[in-house]
Amino acid sequence: MSAHAIEVILNRQLADCLSIPVFITDTKGNLIFYNEPAEELLGTRFEETGSMPVEKWSTIFTPMDESSNVIPPAELPLVKTLEDCYPYHKTFWILSLKGNKEKISVTSYPIIGRENKFLGAVAIFWKAKD
Amino acid sequence: MKVNLWGVRGSIPTTGSETKVYGGQTSCMVVSEEDSLIVLDGGSGIQTFNDAHIPKNKRVDILLTHLHMDHIQGLGFFKPFFREDVEIHLWGPSSNTDSLSSRLSRYFSPPLFPVRLLELPCKLVMHEIGNTDFNIGNFKIQSSYIIHPGPTLGYRIEGKQSVFTYLPDHEPALGRNGMIKDHNWISGYNIAHHADLLYHDGQYTATNYATHKGWGHSSIEDTLAFAAACEIKHLLIGHHDPSRTDAQLDELTRELREDVDKYNFEFNFAIEGSELEL
Repeated sequence: MSAHAIEVILNRQLADCLSIPVFITDTKGNLIFYNEPAEELLGTRFEETGSMPVEKWSTIFTPMDESSNVIPPAELPLVKTLEDCYPYHKTFWILSLKGNKEKISVTSYPIIGRENKFLGAVAIFWKAKD
Repeated sequence: MKVNLWGVRGSIPTTGSETKVYGGQTSCMVVSEEDSLIVLDGGSGIQTFNDAHIPKNKRVDILLTHLHMDHIQGLGFFKPFFREDVEIHLWGPSSNTDSLSSRLSRYFSPPLFPVRLLELPCKLVMHEIGNTDFNIGNFKIQSSYIIHPGPTLGYRIEGKQSVFTYLPDHEPALGRNGMIKDHNWISGYNIAHHADLLYHDGQYTATNYATHKGWGHSSIEDTLAFAAACEIKHLLIGHHDPSRTDAQLDELTRELREDVDKYNFEFNFAIEGSELEL
């Protein structure tokens, strides 16, 4: 029975109540849930896509620095969290669906459950202050 | 497999003339099959346990879902604790902050109780569990963390021919959108699916629940929806609100019967003292 751990379910229930984009992944980085504000960023609805493999959803955004240089995945907060199970935060730019460059801040944290087991990760996207 | 209901009231014992039919003792059940016996929770209903219930091998297993008072308050009056010739295995949820023994000692110590846990004459063996599979006698048991404040477990007990799932305190519909349709995202689904008998928290009506979200309990409506999602055969709705009288539970039964065709499983409110054979 491949049910999600209770700690992951509670993160989804929380994300469901928030008005900021939240992405939840499994331990491999596969996207297992995103909330309605995140749907606007991705341009897809969770009800339609369901979970997405890491290869697919990681290419939707084009993370860039201030000079429009592409940021390698290894420097992104969520990738780092998945790598070592620590929280990270970074401000950078992404290309919006309309092709505009938008400044965002991303906070990621690991879901480490009651049994001290790494169960997945969460990334919260904030519209960055100018 | 036999399931004996010794305590089906929630929160606090409420014995009295208005609760004498459904009962006022707090959470406790006994599950037995041949020589195997398990006690579920140690609410005030555990006082029913007497020497005659002790199995031949003089081993008693108590599975605690969590340590809220209505699930442990009867332990101090559990007679086998005071017998040197009995081995008692206490199973309960692990926590990252404190041992099971240390958490239980808050109750088993002055000023709340005169006898300390360490002073109990029985042979006491503690088992800290989480999402765990284990066996006790005939029974294959699966414990799983579920939605309820503090570390809380539900239990799936599989006998030779039947499955009983025990979720006395559970709020699977917590969240903005209530219960999620995808089974993988439903708390407790992994231990309740296709059970022959499900005992589930139904403390509130939908109206009561609106002002008690996050308290860890379910509305009767959500409990029925959970049971339907899990495709169980028989639902016992329990953990009755302490303010709910027999007359009110009878009235709720009549109201639910009007919708009986919506559900393809049997359901009723749990009655203290009843025995079910699975």
